[in-house]
Amino acid sequence: MAYTEEELKKELETKEYEYGFYTAIESDTFPKGLNEGIVRAISKKKNEPQWMTDWRLEAFRIWEKMEEPDWANVHYEKPDFQAISYYSAPKKDPNRSLDDVDPELLAMYKKLGISVDEQKKLQNVAVDIVVDSVSVATTFKKTLGEKGIIFMPISEAIQEHPELVKKYMGTVVPKTDNFYAALNSAVFTDGSFCYIPKGVRCPMELSTYFRINEGGTGQFERTLVIADESSYVSYLEGCTAPSRDENQLHAAVVELIALDNAEIKYSTVQNWYPGNKEGKGGVYNFVTKRGLCENNSKISWTQVETGSAVTWKYPSCILKGNNSVGEFYSIAVTNNFQQADTGTKMIHLGKNTKSTIISKGISAGKSQNSYRGLVQIGSRAENARNFSQCDSLLMGNECGAHTFPYIEVKNKTAQIEHEATTSKIGEDQIFYCNQRGINTEKAIALIVNGFSKEVLNKLPMEFAVEAQKLLEISLEGSVG
Amino acid sequence: MDLKDKLVSSFLAFEDKVDVHNPVHDIRSEAMKTFEAKGFPSKKEEAWKYTSLNTLQKIDFSIFPKEENALEYNDVKKYFLHEIDSYKIVFIDGIYSSYLSETTHDGVDICLMSAALTKPMYKQVIDVYFNKIASKDDSLTSLNTAFSREGAYIYIPKNKMPKKPVEILHLATGNEAALMLQPRSLVIVEENAELQVIERHQSITGNEVLTNSVTEIFAAKNAIVDYYKVQNDADTASLIDNTYINQKDKSVVNVHTFSFGGKLTRNNLNFYQNGEYVDSTMKGVTIIGEKQHVDHHTLVHHIEPNCESHQDYKGIYGENATGVFNGKIIVDKIAQKTNAFQQNNNILVSDKATINTKPQLEIFADDVKCSHGCTIGQLDEDALFYLQSRGIPKKEARALLMYAFANNVLASVRIPELKVRINKLIAKKLGVNLGFDL
Repeated sequence: MAYTEEELKKELETKEYEYGFYTAIESDTFPKGLNEGIVRAISKKKNEPQWMTDWRLEAFRIWEKMEEPDWANVHYEKPDFQAISYYSAPKKDPNRSLDDVDPELLAMYKKLGISVDEQKKLQNVAVDIVVDSVSVATTFKKTLGEKGIIFMPISEAIQEHPELVKKYMGTVVPKTDNFYAALNSAVFTDGSFCYIPKGVRCPMELSTYFRINEGGTGQFERTLVIADESSYVSYLEGCTAPSRDENQLHAAVVELIALDNAEIKYSTVQNWYPGNKEGKGGVYNFVTKRGLCENNSKISWTQVETGSAVTWKYPSCILKGNNSVGEFYSIAVTNNFQQADTGTKMIHLGKNTKSTIISKGISAGKSQNSYRGLVQIGSRAENARNFSQCDSLLMGNECGAHTFPYIEVKNKTAQIEHEATTSKIGEDQIFYCNQRGINTEKAIALIVNGFSKEVLNKLPMEFAVEAQKLLEISLEGSVG
Repeated sequence: MDLKDKLVSSFLAFEDKVDVHNPVHDIRSEAMKTFEAKGFPSKKEEAWKYTSLNTLQKIDFSIFPKEENALEYNDVKKYFLHEIDSYKIVFIDGIYSSYLSETTHDGVDICLMSAALTKPMYKQVIDVYFNKIASKDDSLTSLNTAFSREGAYIYIPKNKMPKKPVEILHLATGNEAALMLQPRSLVIVEENAELQVIERHQSITGNEVLTNSVTEIFAAKNAIVDYYKVQNDADTASLIDNTYINQKDKSVVNVHTFSFGGKLTRNNLNFYQNGEYVDSTMKGVTIIGEKQHVDHHTLVHHIEPNCESHQDYKGIYGENATGVFNGKIIVDKIAQKTNAFQQNNNILVSDKATINTKPQLEIFADDVKCSHGCTIGQLDEDALFYLQSRGIPKKEARALLMYAFANNVLASVRIPELKVRINKLIAKKLGVNLGFDL
């Protein structure tokens, strides 16, 4: 080996969180705290119509009466909702054309490895970038516009397409759904909106990049994707945040609506700051993601979760229409003191509905990784079919892997299979690699890669490469 | 007055009947406080998410039977495994029936909890074992502990094995309009000793019965315990069965649960592996219909390294029946080299039947092999057709397939006569004559 152990250690320490830089951008931040005034102020700042303001206020009143849930298998200091600033925007409100974008912002994207420019040309991906709470750049809007595809920040959609937003927002994740969804409904500041018209196959991957930049702020974005009849869209979401000592809060809501014969593919690579080695800092990621499937439609969730101090996330499918299909592919990696409680819900309501769940959990260090899933077959869901597989890989003896699968069946024609295994990387596997000249660190990467292949394969090409790298980075130094 | 208040006030009456100066009574009082604070579990609690005790709480159960009842052996003979000779501990409406029982003190103690709790010669054993592994937080277990007075007491000393199996039979006569029973049993099997137990709860008439039973089983080094629970009660009888098992090095404990009858049955089966190279097996067959409800909650806590656990639960649910399976495996950090397997297979044969299952793993050690599998499905149409094409009527063919489905669990029953009996019960439950005995 070229490295001495010392050198390797040094490199690992610096390499820990590549994206942990803070960009000094002048930003416009609201005072900390949450009350009706703040909700109104956010709405006013966004220049929203009255119905939207009322909607937010209603959500806020619901939220006030709710209690923070504690059923998840995670332990953390409850965030103080009065110590968070609910709005933070880069000050120079950059115009939507790329040339006018704050050069510092552009430099930041470069660091992220997602040069807006480059991506636009080479990868054929339309990107909407959300820093802290505000969408700062949307690319490719024009090309998409020709096809009738609407892809824009949700704040703009509220202004420009109120009829669509009004019709669909809150239909899949109602304001009353849960504590964080209600909070999000009250204070969300931006996010992406996407509408694919009837019969259109979106020619490129749509992508949103989220970043929390400012300290002491929470990010509450709201994504709404509507695929009209017989349309198709593939949507990517990426997240990062700088390293900070305090815990930042991220509570997003994502709603997907697939109308008859439509297909939505939603991929996430989540790499929020996970906190340092002692478990200090990191992002609290409390996200509600849910999709609604009409007849013959399909929603596919793919997620690679490597970041966040605490993750609480269950991308779900409501298979309402007949012959609809729900898929969930997930890799969740936890290291050091990270905690993840993630999984999915597949609610079968229509006839001949199918769902597949493949979940891979990898825990290292002192982390806790839980899979929590629900498969529910309604009494009228004839011939429903589900296959679930949850595999956990443990590295080191201080971490934990847990599975909480709930299966509720009310129809005799249902066919459900659930499988779960827990194991560690076999010494013989590593020995085999060592024999062939592959060092242990590489061998582990290789094995982890193989373990997660089923899920990685579901990601769009560019994302798969990034995800693979992320897996390697997050597990570096976890096996000694 | 709801059931909880009634129970709390009955405790005062209960104190008149027992020796309150016995140290055991401190345990009872403490447990009563726990129950008073917690009350009956509601559906809001995760462990009771799928099973509701609300309707049971509305029934006006009498807590103590008013009179002693006697039964003729011939009337209840069919509830015994009468084909073989066995020790018998029989209770009628919660009161020991010396006439129907056959106990022993010859080398082993197979007798009564009431004797063990009060007689000085057992004090040492009671001090060491009584209420030591039963949960002190669980409200229903605490309720039982508070009223603990009667039940089976079995003590098998080192290197001993009783000559025949032990049958524990709890009979309810129905002379009370509605009766609540709370048997409390203690089973201790010392080093290298062996024991087989068959336990059954049976109500003779159609009056409501609620049984809240707690059994503590201690298996010392190299001990072997086979415990069979036959649950084929009347459809007005409900059972909450709490079993706690503590295992030491190299002990083997097998628990088989056969649930065919009863209105509401809840089995809380808890294994604590406090030793190395321990083997725990829990298997169950559930075949229910009508409005029956069976809930299996199992817990295996792997505390020490190099242990194994096997779970295999099969369920067939018809009509409006509801089945619940919640299997939890916890592997502690130091419990390396643990092998834990869990299997739960279910067949729904009716549109209105429901199954809720939650196989759960909580693993803190890395060098383990743990897996769980769970399926819900129907009978294989091809297999059914195959049998029919060979002249087997559809009903029998279906029964054969269901029988085969459950057979894995029966294979490990080690008392042949019991196996035959269970076979007959299954055939009866499926409404066919299989034409063979295994």
